[in-house]
Amino acid sequence: MELDPDDVFRDDEDDPENEALRQRASSKELVVYLVDASPKMFSTNCPSEQEDQKDESHFRIAISCILESLKTQIINRSYDEVAVCFFNTREKKNLQDLNSVFVFNVADREFLDRPTAKFIKELSRLEEFFVKEIGSQHGIVSGSRENSLYNALWVAQALLRKGSAKTADKRILIFTDEDDPFGNIKGGAKADMTRTTLQRVKDAQDLGISIELLPLSQLDREFNVSLFYADLIGLQGEDLAQFVPAAGERMEDMKYQLRKRMFKKRIVRKLTFSVANGVSIEVHTYAFIRPTVLGSITWLDSVTNQPIKIERSFICADTGALMQEPPKHFQTYKNQNVKFSVEELSEIKRVSTGQLRLLGFKPLSCLKDYHNLRPSTFIFPSDEEVIGSTRIFIALHRSMIRLNRFAVAFYGTSSHSQLVALVAQEEIIDSGGQVEPPGMHMICLPYSDDIRHAEELHSGTNAAIPRANEDQIKKAAALIKRIDLKDFSVYQFANPGLQRHYAILQALALEEDDLPEIKDETVPDEEGLARPGVVKAIEEFKLSVYGDKYDESDNAGHKKVSEASKKRKALADGAVQKSAQYNWDALADSGKLKDLTVVELKFYLSAHDLPVSGKKEDLVKRILTHMGK
Amino acid sequence: MARNKEALVLLLDVGPSMHHLLPEVEKICSMIVQKKLVYSKYDEVGVVLFGTEETENELTMEVGGYEHVVVLQNIKVVDGDLVETLKKIPRGTLPGDFLDAIVVGMDMLIKKYSSTNKGKKRLCLITNGLSPIKDPYEGSKEDQVNAIAQQMTSHGMKLESVVVRESVVLDENVSVMEENDRILNLFPKRTCAKMVFVESSTSLLGALKTRSISPVTIFRGDLEISPKLKIKVWVYKKTSEEKFPTLKKYSDKAPSTDKFASHEVKVDFEYKSVEDANKVVPPEQRIKGYQYGPQVVPISADEWDAVKFKPEKSVKVLGFTDSSNIMRHHYMKDVNIFIADPGDQNAILAVSALARAMKEMHKVAILRCVWRQGQGNVVVGALTPNVSDNDHVPDSFYFNVLPFAEDVREFQFPSFSNLPASLLPDEEQQEAADNFVKMLDLAPSDKEEMLQPDFTPNPVLERFYNYLELKSKHPDAAVPPLDKTLKRITEPDPELLAKKKSAIDSLLRHFEVKQNPKLKKSMKRMREKPSGSDEEDNYRRITSKNKVDLIENGVKVEKIGDLTPVQDFELMMSRRDNPEWINRAITEMKNKIHDLIEDSIEGDNYPKALDLLVALRKGCILEQEPKQFNDFLHQLCKFCLEHDLRSFCDFLASKGITLISKTEAVDSDVTEEEARNYLVKREAKPE
Repeated sequence: MELDPDDVFRDDEDDPENEALRQRASSKELVVYLVDASPKMFSTNCPSEQEDQKDESHFRIAISCILESLKTQIINRSYDEVAVCFFNTREKKNLQDLNSVFVFNVADREFLDRPTAKFIKELSRLEEFFVKEIGSQHGIVSGSRENSLYNALWVAQALLRKGSAKTADKRILIFTDEDDPFGNIKGGAKADMTRTTLQRVKDAQDLGISIELLPLSQLDREFNVSLFYADLIGLQGEDLAQFVPAAGERMEDMKYQLRKRMFKKRIVRKLTFSVANGVSIEVHTYAFIRPTVLGSITWLDSVTNQPIKIERSFICADTGALMQEPPKHFQTYKNQNVKFSVEELSEIKRVSTGQLRLLGFKPLSCLKDYHNLRPSTFIFPSDEEVIGSTRIFIALHRSMIRLNRFAVAFYGTSSHSQLVALVAQEEIIDSGGQVEPPGMHMICLPYSDDIRHAEELHSGTNAAIPRANEDQIKKAAALIKRIDLKDFSVYQFANPGLQRHYAILQALALEEDDLPEIKDETVPDEEGLARPGVVKAIEEFKLSVYGDKYDESDNAGHKKVSEASKKRKALADGAVQKSAQYNWDALADSGKLKDLTVVELKFYLSAHDLPVSGKKEDLVKRILTHMGK
Repeated sequence: MARNKEALVLLLDVGPSMHHLLPEVEKICSMIVQKKLVYSKYDEVGVVLFGTEETENELTMEVGGYEHVVVLQNIKVVDGDLVETLKKIPRGTLPGDFLDAIVVGMDMLIKKYSSTNKGKKRLCLITNGLSPIKDPYEGSKEDQVNAIAQQMTSHGMKLESVVVRESVVLDENVSVMEENDRILNLFPKRTCAKMVFVESSTSLLGALKTRSISPVTIFRGDLEISPKLKIKVWVYKKTSEEKFPTLKKYSDKAPSTDKFASHEVKVDFEYKSVEDANKVVPPEQRIKGYQYGPQVVPISADEWDAVKFKPEKSVKVLGFTDSSNIMRHHYMKDVNIFIADPGDQNAILAVSALARAMKEMHKVAILRCVWRQGQGNVVVGALTPNVSDNDHVPDSFYFNVLPFAEDVREFQFPSFSNLPASLLPDEEQQEAADNFVKMLDLAPSDKEEMLQPDFTPNPVLERFYNYLELKSKHPDAAVPPLDKTLKRITEPDPELLAKKKSAIDSLLRHFEVKQNPKLKKSMKRMREKPSGSDEEDNYRRITSKNKVDLIENGVKVEKIGDLTPVQDFELMMSRRDNPEWINRAITEMKNKIHDLIEDSIEGDNYPKALDLLVALRKGCILEQEPKQFNDFLHQLCKFCLEHDLRSFCDFLASKGITLISKTEAVDSDVTEEEARNYLVKREAKPE
């Protein structure tokens, strides 16, 4: 977190530290991955995605899927807890000491705990030691009363006993390619095993645990859910038919999730929205869109790798005395220091008693594209404290949409106040669910002093500014039609810088050798732009606007730039000449560089295109480094 | 420093028709000078008045004419006296001639700077344009304007005119007004000039830039539509929040005899090892650690630099899309403006063609921008057309940053249509709401748009600078209440409310809101009570002890309700089963009064609060608890003053509420005179 000594001036709406704290407290997810480790899972009978690679075993697919999911999770929701548990194993490791179940773990970590880099790393090395330390073995064989699936579910359920059902979302995910686990058992024993297993599942579900299945189909035979698992996860009718293909998609999703910090929906503020003459309703605000910042940074001591404590102290500039946080601030004005107490400053900022006050309505056309300062805040009504709020809110919402109007209101809290526009947003739903929730967006309006008029800067004094003619506009329109992004949505681009950051972080934390490739989705489609139709539209536009002088004008531009940099170039040339007059090597060897003046040192630096900033020491150091001494 | 020095001459109409506007003119002019004192204290300012009885300017002595124009202040470096001068502008007696004033102002600038200081010379004219201007000795008025405009251009001056146009214009003035508008409108056509009309005193306060910031481009280079089509553009900021000034911390350590003490406080950060609090870790030994799960991964700056995302400086169009694909609330930051390279005529044409085509087709362009080399990230945003209707201003684009997928949080909310009918408005209610939205119109077709951002000053900053000025003279002054004109920004316009009363009343008739009785008062209110927790405990004790009692005696009031608070209070006070009831009643009553005042809008709850206060006063005298009441009244007044509710104190004073004096209750330590003067004195003090 950045250290802001002036707490008084902080806008308390979005405090990243607080956000992290609140996130921890809010609900989290507890997941147990149950992976079938029977010998069948290791047979390489699954087609690989890339043809040149050798086929992969189901076990490997399951593990890589979990790994990808964990790598995402550690960034997105690092407070979630996971356990990876194999069943149908030779060895056993679990608290209940049940056969054929092995809970995978690393040191300094509980069975069900937050994922750590070490955990992920060990899991990725699993194959190296799996056979030796865990081993695969059919757990359910005829003649034995052992039921490994039952045991696995029991272990998983026991692990998930941690955390209350209220604050945690508990899940068990089963990876298996055996669609009929009790297939080779005959008669009463089969019915008995099926019954006890289903009873175990039901018990788990009653405790608020949801159980999901990720089936892995054989090459020659599709996973048949209806044999056993349909009952286990409670599938019926239509869902049954669609289950397997949908599960395939879900596996893909697990692998290719966006690394993105997840935020729980939480209320930023509860506001009183005064509508008119003393009638106030209750609304809640939500931070719907906020620029994502990199995770918090801790300063470490590079020698010990221990965190560093940052201490702030106030020192009187006149006397050098150490002092307490000063209670007063001052502004130099008319040659005197005008002092303000913190109370006075906050009193100045408190210009409104109501929190959100409706001032009136305007047509949407009055809200210009440049009326923006920061991300908007979402408003949704609540009847929690004031009954009747939702009804008024919805009525106004509907009227505003119908009449194409937005509301102007004054939003005033003790620390920040602002004139805002409330824009009603209708709900938008597509196949994937709610795209835009219904409610109002609060947009901060600038004041007159926040608006600049740069476009008027260069307004010619005499000649009118040239304007495009009809033909040019027509050609531009043709061009626009050609380069059209049909279903553009703001949700489509991942932030390449951020994704890269996470990738590097992961590579360093897991000591991976090569950086994962991050695709920059924001680069233009060069291929598309080279299509003949597009090129033609561009050429026509160019001809219409630039005539045949496009290239010249391009050059002219360059010339202008060079004119500005000509001076710089002349300087550099002069420096080369002057620099040649010194015997730098000798000076450096004899340690006489420091006897030269800064101006002289700069000759060398500019002649070699090095930065000339810094103190004299820095300059000398830079020269020596450049000479390799 | 000198490069950015600006010379400004204010040309102020002080004729009789302007008198009622002059307080606002005084405010904005002194604000300009005040901000200059803070941000650019070497700027120079001169003041010219016109419409005065007297005549006092150099031109009239040199060539004659230019009557009723007074140079109030010759061009000089800004100082505190100038603020004083501008705070009491003398009123004039005659209709003034603004052209004369412009010439006088121009003459002052020419004499002082001749042709130096180009582009930094500004004339600001504030008038209502209702007084006729004289016919020139020779030629027409147009010729005169042309000659003036030419002079201005050759000397690199700018003219800004603010014309205050109130809705009521008398018939005989209409022709004069139209003529004046026509003449003033000639300036923007002939020279570097700008003209704005404002209708209300609030927009007059926001009509002039009070702080001049020299604009800087954030990007100069190609707007690349394809590798084959690049348009030279310059990018500036269009909006940028003017922040509350950062004040320095004050140190009182320096001896008062030290005249040159800076009184500044240095904030020093020390990085210390956690284990050994005495060990300071030197900067080169510090390394940044990034959170990865529960771990912290140390990564040095060099390591980062080697691998981090390093896009090339460029601004590229990804494509065009329907403007409906971009929601207004997706805009993330302050806004930039793209202008064609002013030296490249073809670029101006290209931008103009694209902007106009985009506007016609309702399209926006999606851009990928890397403003500087070495910038660690890309920005994706929407370019929207800004077609200019002024011949001298080129077409341009606005650029708004859009969120990335990571920035949008997927919160789900219930559909309104799925909510139970009890939460949804019925047809009649909807109609009332429609009517309300229609009537509470801030942009009526026949009038100026109210609260237009371009003309709305920032009330907090205005208040700060006013207070700064006040404090520079009276260091102990309290924060004055918000200026009346600024209240039009923070509160609904009472005039508008009064005019549309029927629509508002109908809305209120159709909807009912009430506090949820199951919930306790919100936390905020709990805090206002000095010892809430104790009170709560007492209450619980009482209830348990008196349970039996209550049942035996039938209905006994144990709470002050909303319906008959005064009666409830009296009943509670008269209960003799436990002495605690009196305390309990008094406390409840206090809270009730407090809530009423806090919730009141335009004082609608005041009469009710007064009734309760009178009852409380009576009760406190009867029960010999004068201190309880007196303390409460002190506290209440303080609260009101702090929360901009002074009107309530005035209201109390007008209704003759006083402290409880010794004569009324022996236990009181307030004399009769003190009691009587309490509120009156309060009222007078903050002035």
